[in-house]
Amino acid sequence: MKNLTTTLLLFLWVVYSYSQDYFPVNDGVKTKNTTVTVFTNATIHTDAKNIVKNGMIAIQNNKILQVGSKFALPENSVIIDLKGKHIYPSFIDLYTHFGVTLPKSKDNGNRNQEPQYDASREGYYWNDHIRPETNVLTSFNYDATKAKTYLDQGFGVLQTHFADGIARGTGMLIALSATKKNNERLLDDTSAQFFSFEKSKLSKQAYPTSLMGAMALLRQMYLDADWYAKGMADSKDLSLEALQKNNSLPQIFEAGSRINSLRADKIGDQFNIQYTLLGGGDEYERINEVKNTNATYIIPINFPEPYDATDPYLTSLLSLGDMRYWNQAPSNPGILAKNKVPFSITTYKLKKIASFKDQIKKAISNGLQPTDALAALTTVPAKLLGKENELGTLKKDAYANFLITDGELFSDKTVIYENWVLGKKHVVNPMNIVDLTGNYTLTVGTTKYNVALKGKPNAPKATVKLDTLSIKNTVSYKDNWLTLVLADTDTTSTNFTRLTTRVSSDGVFENTKAIQPTGSISKFSLVKNQETTKESKKKEEASKSIERSFTSPITYPNIAFGNTRLPQQQTLLIKNATVWTNETDRILEATDVLVKDGKIAAIGKNLRANNAVSIDGTGKHLTAGIIDEHSHIAAAAINEAGHNSSAEVTIEDVVQPDDIDIYRNLAGGVTSIQILHGSANPIGGRSAIIKLKWGETAENMIYDATPKFIKFALGENVKQSNWGSRSRFPQSRMGVEQLYMDYFSRAKNYDTKKKAGLPYRKDLEMETLAEILNGERFISCHSYVQSEINMLMKVAEKFDFRINTFTHILEGYKVANKMAEHGVGGSTFSDWWAYKFEVNDAIPYNAAIMHNEGVTVAINSDDAEMSRRLNQEAAKSVKYGGISEEDAWKFVTLNPAKLLHIDNRVGSIKVGKDADLVLWTDHPLSVYAKAEKTIIEGAVYFDLEQDKKQRAAIATEKNRLAALMIAEKNKGLKTQVAKKKEKQRLECETIETIY
Amino acid sequence: MKNIKIYIVCFLLSCAVKAQQTPATKQSESISIQGATAHLGNGKIIENSLIVFENGKITYVGENVSDKIKGTTIDASNKHVYPGFIAPNTTLGLVEIGAVRATNDISEIGEYNPHIRSLIAYNAESKIVESMRPNGVLVAQVTPRGGRISGTSSIVQLDAWNWEDAVIKADDGMHINWPDLYSRGRWWLGEEPGYKPNKKYDEQMTELQAFFDQSKALATSKTPSKHLPYQSMQGVLEGSQTMFIHVHHEKAILEAIAFAKKNNIKSMVIVGGDDAYKVGTTLKDNNIPVLLTRTHSIPKNEDDDYDLPYKNAKNLVDMGVLVGLQNSGQMERANARNLPFQAGTVAAHGLNKEKALQLITENNAKILGIEDTMGTIAVGKDATLFISKGDALDMRTNQLEKAYIQGRDISLETHQTTLYKRYSNKYGH
Repeated sequence: MKNLTTTLLLFLWVVYSYSQDYFPVNDGVKTKNTTVTVFTNATIHTDAKNIVKNGMIAIQNNKILQVGSKFALPENSVIIDLKGKHIYPSFIDLYTHFGVTLPKSKDNGNRNQEPQYDASREGYYWNDHIRPETNVLTSFNYDATKAKTYLDQGFGVLQTHFADGIARGTGMLIALSATKKNNERLLDDTSAQFFSFEKSKLSKQAYPTSLMGAMALLRQMYLDADWYAKGMADSKDLSLEALQKNNSLPQIFEAGSRINSLRADKIGDQFNIQYTLLGGGDEYERINEVKNTNATYIIPINFPEPYDATDPYLTSLLSLGDMRYWNQAPSNPGILAKNKVPFSITTYKLKKIASFKDQIKKAISNGLQPTDALAALTTVPAKLLGKENELGTLKKDAYANFLITDGELFSDKTVIYENWVLGKKHVVNPMNIVDLTGNYTLTVGTTKYNVALKGKPNAPKATVKLDTLSIKNTVSYKDNWLTLVLADTDTTSTNFTRLTTRVSSDGVFENTKAIQPTGSISKFSLVKNQETTKESKKKEEASKSIERSFTSPITYPNIAFGNTRLPQQQTLLIKNATVWTNETDRILEATDVLVKDGKIAAIGKNLRANNAVSIDGTGKHLTAGIIDEHSHIAAAAINEAGHNSSAEVTIEDVVQPDDIDIYRNLAGGVTSIQILHGSANPIGGRSAIIKLKWGETAENMIYDATPKFIKFALGENVKQSNWGSRSRFPQSRMGVEQLYMDYFSRAKNYDTKKKAGLPYRKDLEMETLAEILNGERFISCHSYVQSEINMLMKVAEKFDFRINTFTHILEGYKVANKMAEHGVGGSTFSDWWAYKFEVNDAIPYNAAIMHNEGVTVAINSDDAEMSRRLNQEAAKSVKYGGISEEDAWKFVTLNPAKLLHIDNRVGSIKVGKDADLVLWTDHPLSVYAKAEKTIIEGAVYFDLEQDKKQRAAIATEKNRLAALMIAEKNKGLKTQVAKKKEKQRLECETIETIY
Repeated sequence: MKNIKIYIVCFLLSCAVKAQQTPATKQSESISIQGATAHLGNGKIIENSLIVFENGKITYVGENVSDKIKGTTIDASNKHVYPGFIAPNTTLGLVEIGAVRATNDISEIGEYNPHIRSLIAYNAESKIVESMRPNGVLVAQVTPRGGRISGTSSIVQLDAWNWEDAVIKADDGMHINWPDLYSRGRWWLGEEPGYKPNKKYDEQMTELQAFFDQSKALATSKTPSKHLPYQSMQGVLEGSQTMFIHVHHEKAILEAIAFAKKNNIKSMVIVGGDDAYKVGTTLKDNNIPVLLTRTHSIPKNEDDDYDLPYKNAKNLVDMGVLVGLQNSGQMERANARNLPFQAGTVAAHGLNKEKALQLITENNAKILGIEDTMGTIAVGKDATLFISKGDALDMRTNQLEKAYIQGRDISLETHQTTLYKRYSNKYGH
């Protein structure tokens, strides 16, 4: 052993010198080492799939010379016998910020600072959050302490980067080695280019304030890079140059969740970039969608700790979704592997790197194959880096990065002995130490003790018993010598019995020596007992069976009231209902409606259809589904407030399909909504028009060939009367007009240039505004007072287009005749007013007056609560202004369909239209009506009976999961305090609540 | 900017002076309402009824018999009569325009403000107040907000020249905001959003108890004290004032009940009480009524039944708890006129219609301690009632023709009806 160590030391020293062979040497003679180290008799896992049994591996300097079952020993070989041991490639982590100190937010929670609108840098991109010129090398410092924690877990190579900003620049690949220098450790100084949706903490530039803004910014960045590469720019932009230069590297995107991965992938698809996606650990919830990205994923394994469910009051804060996530998340890697999604595993997000092994084991006990785990830590990341011949594999010319273990990696008891990186040994656990753990009978003189040695082989702990009496003791085991000191049975005495023995390499205790309190010296015997660990095994199995006893079903979406199977289109025959057609047939009593293939197939009396599911509509009312022209549910962001125009952003990017408000809206009879951008700026963002297909993906909710809309806004919000800064133009209604004049003039020039085929810088904002000028995109404008309403109509007329909808439009009644003349619709509140100065003259008769003047009128919600009762809001038009019930009903169905240009598909009950229907228990305008069934395209998405069953199932499942959590706690596992999670707000509260 | 502010203030003042409806004069002659379906507010109905009132008081309620008719008769056949709706826990008259700070008198600085009185800030001429009347909301409890103890509320009728004129019951109750068992992460400081146990709960509870102890000690003191806050607590401690505890969580409600017992509070009401249905029997056993969170709200938890806020009142009624409805929350002042529809929604989700009506009439009157004059149509009570063309809990048919407060024939016109008429005329409708 001693010899070996000396040889190794020598060897390493030589290697050390070798790698700097063109450096001058001043502390001795300059030597060149050619020694080869050969490991023999090992089970060599050359990669995740291939094993060489009883094989040999030869390394020289930092590389592997040869691997095989048997080959001739090279000259100068030092041989290390690894009989019974395994060799694996060391792990690679693609996603770290190892050795980098990240900047902290300068905010300090001060929310009253004036926002900064312009970039603070010169010579770089116009937005400070785009920093592709960043090279992590400039801020890198090798962190030896941290490196050790990685080495101990089996990692040999880390990719690190400066994790700050939306475009984050290049990362590098660093091998972990305590004694080497960066010139050797550094395997690649530009190994990948990094991106995220998060802003840089080095700048306070306001734009983008939202996720959708970040997405738009990335798109514009790529467009600008292309334009710049073509030599069209007349100034220097070091950011775009760097972006371009690094575009052939792997492009890694920190998405951080399944849904954000999809968002990032969508951007990549537009620019022919296949990002590698840092996921969120929730990929299993919609694995097909994840697979369809064709991306390689980097998957964190920070599985949540169980919640402390012992206090029932506290536990009531937990949502089923959060409880399920605890239960299901460890199965994520296994599900990814089973579905053949390529992924690597990262330590990113682990609170402690040291917990890595436990988490991997958890993933394996939840379905991940050990070979897939190994691939995810070796070959997959190596391939991604384009270094599959150098890293993650054990073959000729690959880096000598490997682990020596005592058994199959990831199995419960396996110990990593050594982690060799660049041919340099890092000891994790002493390899040749004899494992003494077990139960013994100790005989000192005539006294017999029971001794149990437990814990780590190199640092065992002892429990010593004399009959039933516990004896205090200390134990040390070092350099093959075991020392045990026993206290007296009388704990107040200072009489100690000292025992010491050498442990031979085959575990024999030799040279035993006992020193009695009296000072007498004798030998002692320590004899291992037969295995009596049945009990502990039982315990282990019990704990496993708890873990496996229950896995929550995955539902769509994977929260309360999700369905295990998506609602299916059915042939439905609704019989004998009062049918509100919204067509010339008006209201038909005792009528049947047949639904087939998602469409309304027939309306009439005594209809028949084979195989149709019959629904009794007797005493009930059937109507078209409610359409909400102005909604903000089901979105991950609402306002992009960083600029006074944000025409480049679109809510379609941030539709959030797992929002429980979707289900609640269905329960209120709503089937379609327009998710509008907020009103933080005069030119807001583009809308998403969706059907509330609960459980579907965002993409499947958005209308096919969806009409294009954009939100505009006027008045107090856009001039920032009650929030935000006093430095952003406009600060008055006068400025608002001029802002529109400016943008539309520019858009017109842009479009003219484009149509003429002249070279132009593609600008997403201008593209959107040009669509408006060309009549391809419609405006829904947040508006209150008559002056501004009038103004916007005049601006539109100047540019020869029409405003499509005024939304809110609370003073519409004052200019209803002008609105009718212009041809704009009004989508208003039934009775809101008095919340700010500009709604002082808002009256609940507004809808009635506009309607009577010939304006197409809708009643909208702008509110997740009110949208659940839009039928009641429509009914208020009967009270305020005496609108007929039929017309009032159209205010929330056909009219919003018209305003949204989807009335060819929805809004009335007409043969050929989509079967988006609601069966009401009562007159639909009555306060007493409840939606009994809500149907979209022939599939039942809400059903009162089904809802009842779901409630019971939710309660049962929560109870079961809480019991599992308590069991975990009782096992002594760490728990976290139960808490109620809230929807994450993306920027500042004021911004997110300006609708 | 200063100019703008002045301009705004002037403008508001000028509006205020111009637009308000004139309060009605005292009832001078007897009025008989004939033939209506009378919804008494106590769960009962009289079809083809006769209601007579004189000098502001109801003198007859019953069958439509001709010998009981007095004074002016109003034919209300096929119509409905209701007691005026009572809106507890409102901020009516304390704020005119939410976003204009100058119009806001809703709360005072400091945590313990039992001496603060909402009544004197009540703007009887608020344009929002007058907009209550066409929907049948005729009485309100005007309540301050904020702090641990917000201050004292008062009950007013909604057709008055000034606050003195408006008052029905001055300083009726003390409003306490129970310490949160769970506090929200301050995400703007980088904390995780969402709710976690409030670490300061014990400290806040100790503070509240200490405040009560100090106030009690003052009562035993022989020398006259000048401590306004402690003095103002005496009503609650003696039982002449109701203690309104604004609290939601199940465990917190139980804590509040224990607190009231410990401090010998005779009259206590839970305001909000989202989880009250979970401790319904305890509330019933202790005779503690609940002024429930508005029906028209979103369930607080993701996993809640979609209709939990709709059916909450019924849950409690079924358990025998005295329940009333209130409407605090977002845009609470303008929305207070929708109180009848909040009750209607409760009926849609299972409660008998007349019982749903009771939630905003008799029950609210009892909870506010004004049941001797308000809340039902009964002989001897104030003639605070209205005639609607149809079911007043349903927005389609809530159409008032006449409304009376203490017998006074009040105007159903508002700033909003004025504008409606002006612009309808403009277009010739």
